[in-house]
Amino acid sequence: MSELRFDEEVILLNLEAADYTEVLQQMGENLVKHHYVKESFIPAIIEREQEFATGLPTAGVSVAIPHTDAVHVNQKTISIATLKNPVDFVIMGEESETTPVQIVFMLAMDEPHSQLKLLQNLMKIFQEDTFLEQLLLSESVTEMLHQAADKLHLHNFKGGEKL
Amino acid sequence: MKQVLVACGAGIATSTVVNNAIEELAKENGIKIDLKQIKIAEIGTYEDTADLLVTTAMTKKDYPFPVINARTFLTGIGVEDTKKQILEELLK
Repeated sequence: MSELRFDEEVILLNLEAADYTEVLQQMGENLVKHHYVKESFIPAIIEREQEFATGLPTAGVSVAIPHTDAVHVNQKTISIATLKNPVDFVIMGEESETTPVQIVFMLAMDEPHSQLKLLQNLMKIFQEDTFLEQLLLSESVTEMLHQAADKLHLHNFKGGEKL
Repeated sequence: MKQVLVACGAGIATSTVVNNAIEELAKENGIKIDLKQIKIAEIGTYEDTADLLVTTAMTKKDYPFPVINARTFLTGIGVEDTKKQILEELLK
């Protein structure tokens, strides 16, 4: 079991993508590049999203929480991307209804049934629409990292350090 | 004791949150339940024993037990209604 690592390299600002597959591809490639996940993570997370959609309409900004099996993950993290233009994701639990997503929280979890507290904090964020709007306005990766880390109670990190 | 399945695609993220919420809901109401956090693909194993399925995933299949959508636990929108639905099933 590794510790969760939350660093500037997993934050992507104003990602440009035509559809959700491209979003997952780009976020996945970034995680592969920094050795958080194996190459197999990318096709796996795309396939999982097609089968079990993760778009979530919230009170304010729509989000998505793509994730896949632990076997593809080397180092636990949450990768966050804001999208330059909203991208449609199918809504979790729906067959084809979509929601225009503006922020993607890609979960790379390396063991099943883990990180309850972190996930609960994440869901709490989704229930505060003003925070998501604030996150969207982040002007730098550092600013977003600090905002998210604060809300997710990932307090112990300093850039690059493990939690 | 009722057997309640909590399922999502991966059995990692959303079901973890929902599992905990249902555990608390049952505890608050003094109901003992047999809670199983599983992947959607594992539902078949419990088809004969389960009383209720709470899931964040879409289910096309028909099951011999009621299915409740748990997305509200993640977004907070309408969560009280979902809790009420679950409680009704647990008290049946």
